Amino acid sequence: MFNSLQEILSTLKQNKLRAIMTGFSVAWGIFMLILLLGSGNGLQNGMENNFRGTAKNALWIWSRQTQVAHEGLQAGRRIQFTDEDYDMLVNHFDDDISDISGRFRLWGTGTVTYKSEYGDYDLEGVMPEFKNIQIVDIDQGRYINDLDIKQFRKVAILSVPVKKALFKEEDPIGKYIRIDQVPFMVVGTFINPERRDDEQIYIPVKTAQRVFNGSNKLNELAVATNALTVAENKRIEEAIRTTLMKKHRIAPDDKQALGIWNTLEHFKQAQGVFTGIRIFVWVIGIMTIIAGIVGVSNIMIILVKERTKEIGIRKAIGATPWSVIRLVLSESVFITTLSGFFGLVTGMGLMAVVSMVLQNMAKGNPSIESTFYNPSANLSVAVSALVVLIVAGLIAGYVPARRASAIKPIEALHDE
Amino acid sequence: MSNSIIKVEGLHKSYQMGNNALHVLKGIDLDIKAGEMVSIMGSSGSGKSTLLNILGILDNHDRGSYYLDSVKIEKMNETRAARFRNNYIGFIFQSFNLISFKNAMENVALPLFYQNVSRKKRNMKALEYLDRLGLKEWANHLPSELSGGQKQRIAIARALISEPKVILADEPTGALDSQTSFEVMDILQEVNQLGITVIIVTHEDDIAHRTQRIIRLRDGLIDRNELNGKYEPVAAGDIFTSN
Repeated sequence: MFNSLQEILSTLKQNKLRAIMTGFSVAWGIFMLILLLGSGNGLQNGMENNFRGTAKNALWIWSRQTQVAHEGLQAGRRIQFTDEDYDMLVNHFDDDISDISGRFRLWGTGTVTYKSEYGDYDLEGVMPEFKNIQIVDIDQGRYINDLDIKQFRKVAILSVPVKKALFKEEDPIGKYIRIDQVPFMVVGTFINPERRDDEQIYIPVKTAQRVFNGSNKLNELAVATNALTVAENKRIEEAIRTTLMKKHRIAPDDKQALGIWNTLEHFKQAQGVFTGIRIFVWVIGIMTIIAGIVGVSNIMIILVKERTKEIGIRKAIGATPWSVIRLVLSESVFITTLSGFFGLVTGMGLMAVVSMVLQNMAKGNPSIESTFYNPSANLSVAVSALVVLIVAGLIAGYVPARRASAIKPIEALHDE
Repeated sequence: MSNSIIKVEGLHKSYQMGNNALHVLKGIDLDIKAGEMVSIMGSSGSGKSTLLNILGILDNHDRGSYYLDSVKIEKMNETRAARFRNNYIGFIFQSFNLISFKNAMENVALPLFYQNVSRKKRNMKALEYLDRLGLKEWANHLPSELSGGQKQRIAIARALISEPKVILADEPTGALDSQTSFEVMDILQEVNQLGITVIIVTHEDDIAHRTQRIIRLRDGLIDRNELNGKYEPVAAGDIFTSN
């Protein structure tokens, strides 16, 4: 091994410039591949940040007006969810649903005040299970719990921007805020990782219904299913849709009355797009590398022609055809691997720098995180690139090596 | 044929030149004993180089038989031919054929590379041979920095390092002045006295007369094959007798 390395080095030293120029084309190919793959990863990480705050198999269900007259009911009827819908889904889909929450939104209920501070915020009544569907990070205190629901407690949890607006530096836990003049005790604060800047207040759904004249109305339903595949999630979505349509006497062909957003489906679609991008990037990267290989192959053919006499001498004193093939192949693999490795390291280094800069920028501007984040090529990519390189070196050396091994010593030695 | 190192019977060789076959060797019979020093002479086109190529297994013959050290040499694959060359034969060429980017020591050591001898061992052995040929202080010089005679001595060292049974020399003095030519012949005679068979292709009578036997080729046939009455071996020299 060391022997052949010495041989390779002594021949490469013959023409350093040529070796470097040849290597450059390969280094460039790998550099571009790493850059492209890293960027693809960055885009994908950004996209996945968009989904981070939601259970991947969530279904978001809302109602609108009917568009088709059905069973003697006119079109344009407003569909209203109630606790009955919630109970029905809980009973019917016990096996398919891991978490379900009714949502009661408070539109224009008035101002939220604490001492002299006040503001208008996004107010919503939710159930404890909602934290598994719309995932939030608890900052202080706790989430809404079952006792809050059962006892119709007047408690609230605030998103961090609301806390900052109302309480400044003060500790909000245990303090009372007034929502439309009704006092609510703050029991927790949270961060919504998807929308950090949103000013949100959650209160128990039962309390919301009772205090703000909701009776048993619900605006929306949120469900996290047990589905692992898109098809399964789609089946559950359709089953829920059919059940709700039947109960609310909606025409089967009315596409508008019920809205369901299937998160998994859209997540997978987005992932599919990125799989496509990744394949595209590999194809382009490999094409670039092929250009490099052709360059190396070209140079090696010239090199073999120049070294015809030397190879003839080697054969006369006992070099076997295989050892000649090895001589040329190992040179080609050596050039491609070394220069490719150089390109790899440079590319990864650049990615690391960009990643660091982006992370610093993201601190000031969170929207960067959801567009382009942590663009890096991971170890498996590096390993596959290395395999590609060695294979590339072998391919590049194959034709020249065959030529070299076919050299006839007598002809080579008479070629003065 | 117990002590025949090279035995050739009815050897034919022709080359295809377009539509015409060029019949170069037309039935050569030859028997060279181990330890002999033989020269092959002939005008250009007489087939002497072709014969040497076949003897050196650089080329295949068409008809007839060739035994090297009692082993029948037939059409064999290149890998086997390379092994035979490496183990049995040392080549010396008119144009030296040293590798230009390797220094003297590396050139001498090269045959051992193909015997998978470690770098350290083969360089040590190469230095030993260079020392015997009086070139030790030139070990790290490139061929381009050496004179013709020095280059040929390096080539001889390279031919000897694998301890071959036969040395095949193709016009070894063709590129040298007469003084250096005689020095090279001195060395080859001493090599011969070690028991190695030496076969020299030459067209110079002076050179041929320093061998034991002269074989003259004409038009692909052996014209004359005679012992050389004037042969005088050099006194056991100081080059290879040290051990």
